[in-house]
Amino acid sequence: MTRKQKRLTVIGGGLFVLAIAAGLVLFALQQRIAFFRMPSDIQAADVSSGSRFRLGGLVEKGSVSRGPGSRISFAVTDTAKSIAVTYDGILPDLFREEQGVVVEGSFAEGGAFVADSVLAKHDENYMPKDVADGLKAKGVWREEPKP
Amino acid sequence: MMVELGHFALILALVLSLAQSVLPMLGARRNDERLMAVGTPAALTVLALVALAFAALTMANVLSDFSVKTVFENSHSQKPLLYKFTGVWGNHEGSMLLWVLILSFFTALVGLFGNNLPQTLKANVLGVQAWIGTAFLLFIVATSNPFARLEPAPIEGRDLNPILQDIGLAIHPPLLYLGYVGFSVCFSFAIAALVDGRIDAAWARWVRPWTLTAWIFLTGGIAMGSYWAYYELGWGGWWFWDPVENASFMPWLAGTALLHSALVMEKRSALKIWTVLLALLTFSLSLLGTFLVRSGVLTSVHTFATDPGRGLFILAILVIFIGGSLALFAWRAGTLAPGGLFQPISREGALVLNNLFLTTATATVLVGTLYPLLLEALTGEKISVGAPFFNLTFGPLMLPLLAAVPFGPLLAWKRGDLLAVGQRLMTAFLIALLVTGAVLYQTSASAVLAALGIGLAAWLMLGALTDLALKAGIGRGKTGAGVMLQRLAGLPRSVFGTALAHFGLGITLLGIVATTAFSTESVLVMRPGESIRAGGHTLRFEKIEPVKGPNFTEEQGHFTLLDDAGAPRSRFIAAKRYFPVREMQTTEAGITTFLFSQVYVALGDTPAPDGAPDAGVVVRIWYKPLVTLIWLGAVAMMLGGICSLLDRRLRVGAPARRSLSSGSLPAKTAVAKTGAAKTAQASRSVQS
Repeated sequence: MTRKQKRLTVIGGGLFVLAIAAGLVLFALQQRIAFFRMPSDIQAADVSSGSRFRLGGLVEKGSVSRGPGSRISFAVTDTAKSIAVTYDGILPDLFREEQGVVVEGSFAEGGAFVADSVLAKHDENYMPKDVADGLKAKGVWREEPKP
Repeated sequence: MMVELGHFALILALVLSLAQSVLPMLGARRNDERLMAVGTPAALTVLALVALAFAALTMANVLSDFSVKTVFENSHSQKPLLYKFTGVWGNHEGSMLLWVLILSFFTALVGLFGNNLPQTLKANVLGVQAWIGTAFLLFIVATSNPFARLEPAPIEGRDLNPILQDIGLAIHPPLLYLGYVGFSVCFSFAIAALVDGRIDAAWARWVRPWTLTAWIFLTGGIAMGSYWAYYELGWGGWWFWDPVENASFMPWLAGTALLHSALVMEKRSALKIWTVLLALLTFSLSLLGTFLVRSGVLTSVHTFATDPGRGLFILAILVIFIGGSLALFAWRAGTLAPGGLFQPISREGALVLNNLFLTTATATVLVGTLYPLLLEALTGEKISVGAPFFNLTFGPLMLPLLAAVPFGPLLAWKRGDLLAVGQRLMTAFLIALLVTGAVLYQTSASAVLAALGIGLAAWLMLGALTDLALKAGIGRGKTGAGVMLQRLAGLPRSVFGTALAHFGLGITLLGIVATTAFSTESVLVMRPGESIRAGGHTLRFEKIEPVKGPNFTEEQGHFTLLDDAGAPRSRFIAAKRYFPVREMQTTEAGITTFLFSQVYVALGDTPAPDGAPDAGVVVRIWYKPLVTLIWLGAVAMMLGGICSLLDRRLRVGAPARRSLSSGSLPAKTAVAKTGAAKTAQASRSVQS
């Protein structure tokens, strides 16, 4: 092989791998990402399509009920609207009523949101950034009192 | 007083660092030896000053001086002593100080051990190191002063985030930073080469040990972080594709590529320009990682409360260093002479393939990490890119690379014979195939992917062993076992390093596949005395009892793992801790290890909080087969790296010094040298 051919082999191989990677990335970005929604952003289409997304808001006061077994139900609210969520598992350490929470999952038949993960930011303010931004946008944000 | 001294030392270090960033490089430009000689003492003094500042901050933490803001916010008089030490870097300010301490440590090392470098190269490297140091010292002094005082001084501190009150904090950040920041040396060498417009195999011989050192630490840091997250968060996962994990993983991938391309450059003086670019990119990714973690733009378990000023400052550092270095590369890369030629099927070709896949994989991780930030900035739409994305993009890119790994070390330099290598690897391939079949037979047919994954892991491990065996001449001719062992012992250490690291990769892969495919999980309510099956064993929940710790209270759940005969095999405790100062709860997972597998128990709440005490608790139990292999593989990779680092060939600059002084050597030693050279040659031919 001449020098030029060798170089072309390397460049061709490189472009081939890059093209595959780019294809995979584009496909995955369409299929495998989860959008973030607050309860009042949820459209009828979200409920019927069964697509996965992240739901963020506050845990509604008095809505948490446990059982049977390890099943937990609660409501996520942004004060305008609230969505009932069920989750089977152990809640994060800082899960509390009237505190921010992000759950990931999808709507089941019948309109209840089934979460397969409940996320929590591990800091004492306990407000996931996306939730804080969403609440601020809706004008229901209140600053945590400084100790 | 000590605190003010520390603050003063930090400012002094900034000023001195500024001098170090100008004078040696000016000297290199004007060929002025006196100016160039400023570099080393300046680097050493900066290290001493930063160390003094760090010691002052440590003292304030240990003595619980709550008049210092960072101590007040992250410490408590009741906090155990170990965490008073580690808590120094358990917050933004202290963490940045540790970053700079490690940077100045590496700079000082270059200054101390760089005497056999060309004088201008050393001066330039020290200068570039000082640019980085100056930027980050300025960042600390201007936006993140760890020595800020509070007036009046509070009586008690707010305690360290309970998640961080763990031995992991003592190990993970320092290791990670040693890795991240270690790549700065490669970056400085690359910049110095571009400034000089000169680069040769000696340059690669210098850069490789630094890359290797940084890579070893980064490997350890990432593995330790992964294990820490695994046992501390109580989610049973060991890798979450969290943006911050990606931030440390990207430099690792690029650093691994750099490690391999530097090999080509050193041995064959090919791929010069590419190696320089990789060195620049690797540290750029380290800087990006620092930005992502420290600026607070990401939602992650790692981010601390931050203010936008800091984010902007780090962004500016990022833009200047990455943009500047790439611009310099674009301008000067043409002046570097191109290197040797090789056929596509050759050791060089295999290493190019390695680089191609590793950098492409790095790029996909980069896209997945930055895309949500970009999309939110452009459209306001919030998305999360998680494991499904990375499994689909990163996974397929890794598979061909892993399958190709055993071929690499067996191919000859310059022109290789793929068919011959294939024949040599036939035994390994057949055994790997057998393993795949056996796994398929043992499990159900649905576990095809898992079986293939385990087969691939076996292929990697056997490939590494084949490499060693062939190079020692085992299985070739009729030689006694003693001779073979002698030959094996006589192999260069870097051959062992390669084999061990590739073997470790196989171990990690095996752990990942086994854990992902065959873990079992159950969530249920257990009352004391009840039992459950987990991973072929019986797990009994003995009792739950409250215990008081130094700065927390906890509910301890006692568990016993029973063997088939019903005899207790191990007892362990899973707990829920409550830290009153921060009003935070943490989960202390209960883990018991048998061989390489683990049973992992996380305690949840009681189903009825105000119900009867014997209502039981929610427990989540995982059986994780071969899970520890994930981290043991990383340890093997680190050992491989250390082995390679100890290779005579890499003992920094040794050949250069010899060749310099060989003229004045007595004849007898000169003969000995030629003998040594012959041995080296012989071992090299064995290698190829």
